[in-house]
Parts: sequence; C-alpha cells; structure tokens
Amino acid sequence: MLQADVLIVGSGAAGMYAAIAAARAGAKALLVDRSLIGRGGATVMAQMTVAVAVGEEEPDHWEHHFADTLKAGRGLCDPALSQILCEEGPACIREMDEWGIGWARRDGHMAQVHAPGHDRKRCVYVDFLNTGPAVSKTLRARVQRTPEIRRTGDLVVTDLAVRDGVCVGANAVHVSSGDTIPIAAKATIVATGGLTRLYARNSASINMGGDGYALALRAGAELTDMEFVQFFPIGHLAPRLVGMDPIMWDPFRYKLGGRLLNSEREEFLAEDGRYVAARDVATYGILKEVAAGRGSPHGGAWLSFRHCGETALREAFGPVIERLAANGIDLTRQDVEVAPIAHYHMGGVRVNADMQTGVPHLFAAGEAVGGANGANRLSGNAITEAVTFGRRAGERAAALAAKSKMPSLEPRAWASSNGSTSNCAAEIARLQKLMNDEVGPLRTQAGLEQALGQIRALEPMCAELPAPRAGLDPEWMDLHDLRNMRLVAECVARAALDRTESRGAHQREDFPETSDAWQRHRTFRL
Amino acid sequence: MNATLKIRRGASWQSWEVPFEPGQTVLDGLRWIRAHRDPSLAIRFSCINANACKECMIQVGGETVYACTTRLAEGEMRLEPLPNKKLIKDLVTEIAPPDERLK
Repeated sequence: MLQADVLIVGSGAAGMYAAIAAARAGAKALLVDRSLIGRGGATVMAQMTVAVAVGEEEPDHWEHHFADTLKAGRGLCDPALSQILCEEGPACIREMDEWGIGWARRDGHMAQVHAPGHDRKRCVYVDFLNTGPAVSKTLRARVQRTPEIRRTGDLVVTDLAVRDGVCVGANAVHVSSGDTIPIAAKATIVATGGLTRLYARNSASINMGGDGYALALRAGAELTDMEFVQFFPIGHLAPRLVGMDPIMWDPFRYKLGGRLLNSEREEFLAEDGRYVAARDVATYGILKEVAAGRGSPHGGAWLSFRHCGETALREAFGPVIERLAANGIDLTRQDVEVAPIAHYHMGGVRVNADMQTGVPHLFAAGEAVGGANGANRLSGNAITEAVTFGRRAGERAAALAAKSKMPSLEPRAWASSNGSTSNCAAEIARLQKLMNDEVGPLRTQAGLEQALGQIRALEPMCAELPAPRAGLDPEWMDLHDLRNMRLVAECVARAALDRTESRGAHQREDFPETSDAWQRHRTFRL
Repeated sequence: MNATLKIRRGASWQSWEVPFEPGQTVLDGLRWIRAHRDPSLAIRFSCINANACKECMIQVGGETVYACTTRLAEGEMRLEPLPNKKLIKDLVTEIAPPDERLK
C-alpha cells in the first residue's frame, strides 16, 4: 500500500510540473508512470516549438495568443481553459528558462518563430529538434531535486479508486513483480496524455492509448469532444527513417518554408514556399490529392527543400543533416514523402478552471484534458497546455489535500480469467488499422457505423482483467491496453458518428459543411 | 527478405524467421513476432521509433544497441538482454534508476 497527499498518474511535462507545483505548495507527492519516469510520454518526443506570448522577438500579449487559439479551435474552445494556457504560459516558460532549459536565443533574447495560425513570431524552441527532450530533462532534474516528490516507474494504474463518489486514489500493478499496489491519495491527478496510439499511423509512444480517458470515464468523470483527433499533415512517410520522430519536418518548415507538392509538382495548398496552411486544412488537402490520384508513390505528398541550397539547409538542420545522411537522405538532391499522422487529441476529460473533474478529489492535466483547443489545436500549444495545466492542477490538488484526511483503500479484486486465448497484440494492430481507415481524418456514416460494430465486438474479449503475472507480463499488458483502447475508440467513433457536420479536425465526407447547430460539445459519461 | 532472430529467453534460446523490407528495425521484427508468432515475448520500449525514450536497449551480436535504431539484416541475429542488469524476463532488464523503483 502506498500513500500520498497528491497522486500524479503520468510523468510527461504535465505530470512532472504538477508534482513540482504540488510539492511547492506543501504536499507529499507521488509521481507514478507505467514506463520510466519522464521518458515514456509524448513530451520527450516533441521536436518542435512551444507557443507563448513572451514577446521577446516582437511585442506580444497573451490576448493575441488567446485570439489565435480561439480562431484555430473553430468555435469549440472552452475559453476559460484556453485563457489559462495563454495567460499563464509565459510564467512557466520563463520558470523553465531559470531552470536551465536552454531556449534558443538570438542577440540575447529568446528566439521566436512564426508558426501556422499565429499572427506573429511566438514560438520558442530548443535546437536542434530538441524541444521535448529538453523540457523532459529540465523537469526531470527539478523533480529529482525535490525531496517531497516520490517517483515510481513500472507502475500501471488499472483503475481509479472511488468511494461514495469521491476519488480516494488508485489501484496499480507493479509490472516487474506482478504485485497489486493500492495507492491511497487525498487528491489524484490524471496526466496520462492522449489517445493517438489508437491509430495505425501515429506519432505516439506506446503509452498513448487513452489510459487516462478510460480511467476517468470508469471513475464517473465526463469526457468531451472525443471526435476531435488532430492529424499532423506532414508526418514522415518514406523513405524509412530510424531514430527520428515522424514529426521532424515541422521545425524545418518553420525555418525554411519548403514546398509541399503533389505528383504533378504543384504546390496544391498555394503556400508559395511558405509554411502557412493550418493543420486541418493541410491534412484535408493532402488526402484529397491522394484520392484524386495525384499522391506520392506511398500515398502522401512530396516535401521538397531542394531549392533552399546546401548552406541554408546546413544552417537550419545542423547535426540533423548527418542523421539524415545515415538514413540515406540528401535533401539537396531528393524530396521526401509525407502524409497525415495522428498526433494529438483535442478532446478529453472535462475539467473546470481548477482542473477538477466532476468526480470530487479527481483532477486532470495536459493533453488528458479536453476543451482548451476546441476542434483544432494551434501549433505549439501542446507543451504550453501541459506545463500550465500541470502547474495549476498541482497547486489546486495540494490545496485540497491540505484540508483532507488520508482515505483508506482496499486492494482491487481481479477476474478469475476471461477465458480468451486471442493474441491481443494482433487485436490492437487490427483496431489501429480500423481506426485509421474509418475513424481517421476523413469520415462517413457507413464507415463509422462499420467501425463501431467492430469496436463493440471486441468488448467480451477485454471486459475484465485477470491478475497479472510477474515479469512485465506482456500478454496481460496487451489485454490491459486493448481494454482501455477499445473503450476510448468507442467514444471517438460514437461522437464522430453523431456530429453530422465538418469542423476542424472532424471531417465528414457526407456532411462537408460546418453547422451552427453543432457549435456545442458532445460529452460522455458511463 | 528474411532475418532469423535468435533470442535468449532465460536459460534457453528461441529462433523466429521474420520477414522485412530494407530499412526496418530489430524492434519492428520483435513487434512482428509478438503480433504474429508469440505474444508472450517480453520486450521493453516506449517511443517506438524516435530514439527518445532509450528503453529498448539490448544486445545484438554481443554489442549493446537500441533495438529501434538497429536495422534488420538477412541471416541470423542474436538478441540478448543487457548482461550487467538484473533480468526481469526475456529481453527486459531492470533499467530504472534505483530511487525510481518500487522496491
């Protein structure tokens, strides 16, 4: 049995910032992760930029960032949450600067670049392709230096513990020993990230299967906007790259523009060598070119930097040129293929401005939260969301814990066995393909209904969890993941089927127009 | 093309034929085995392809490498867990810093 004033599930930027803030507010924090601390989430994989109105490159104010965020969100942002992201972003980014993150600088000030959808140069970064690793490393060092934070990896939270409608902690499995570990907590924060692992083509880590949504939903919390999955338009497609995140082309388009071309060498988004098309528009544009027979050989578009010349390429790419060469790619002589890839989830757990869910003593932070980014997230808002929401959730959870008693908790009981002999690793791969094909960037009623039928048919196989064995029990982990992924996939597909319009990241081929009647949120509760 | 992955599982070795296209990695091969041959094979990884999480460190042919950045090659490849870490199962070892373990 473990105990904590504040339990934080997930150790990406949101979870680590929450732990730091909770400890600073006087709480004993317990930071747990199913993987290693600070290594397994989405943050460490983020290679691009962080949107924040620090106004170092040119004058700026959080209200301008806020206006751009609302505009990108296509009428569905929760303004209170968007405001927290934009208004509190500068303080968090400057605090991480003091902690030695090393934001790229120019003439003594933070360098800021102009990303699509922003009205000015607003996005800070760490060179080269190092923003996410630098955020993770900085927060990890800070967490390690805070004695009030206990850190435990290899701990999979299977369910939140709820008594009389109040969250009293969680039940976890220590995957190396197979032991069941109840964790009593005065307040609990879900910071497990998003759901992009549901898709065959994704930029996710293996941990991004929507665990937090499933945990919160089963605990009685509400989910919102589940249909809005952001596809990053220019994820790397071919030739095969190793050791590099598929999102890697983004920062170079900020710096150099680059040309996105169809098979007839036309810039079909009319960007004219700049990087300006919003993500939903670019994703739709590429898929329509492919559908019209003008795609690249592997079913995407060409991205070309050949016109930039070797000097500019070397300056922008730095040591990455060598990593590309090791993969057999020379950008002065060849183009690469890119295509949309599941990247981020706008929807998630519904919270108020204190990051509290509808379940007392249960909070959420980071990508696990729905609402700040509406129907389409602005470039650079993800890390800002993680750190601002994490900090606030940590502070608010610590304040609640300070006036709460330590609850007691019984260990979870396991199902005897579900009798299934299916290979869940294979079932997960099938589910990912189904989601990509029918619940991806382009949707129809027929496809969504077919997907929903197949998703529901998986339920008996993964309804219950038996007790795990020692040794990272890989089959138990697959069953655990399939159980959560299936539940969350059903929410995405049902919300996508209900929303008979197209808006932001949700594009229905059979309902191409945006409808005023649908300027509202679709929510779920069990 | 085919690679033969010969994997140490505790005291014994087990081999699988793995189909691949040039450019694919050892981690791709291990995931293929789990989905198509034996889901009980234990491996540890998180970021899959980005070389960000550093969790998939194993030995291939006696060299310590990341499975996600080592390319599959035709013929036999011998895969073992890290020799200087406590073995948990198959290719998985205890790699967490001591103060981040449960016990």
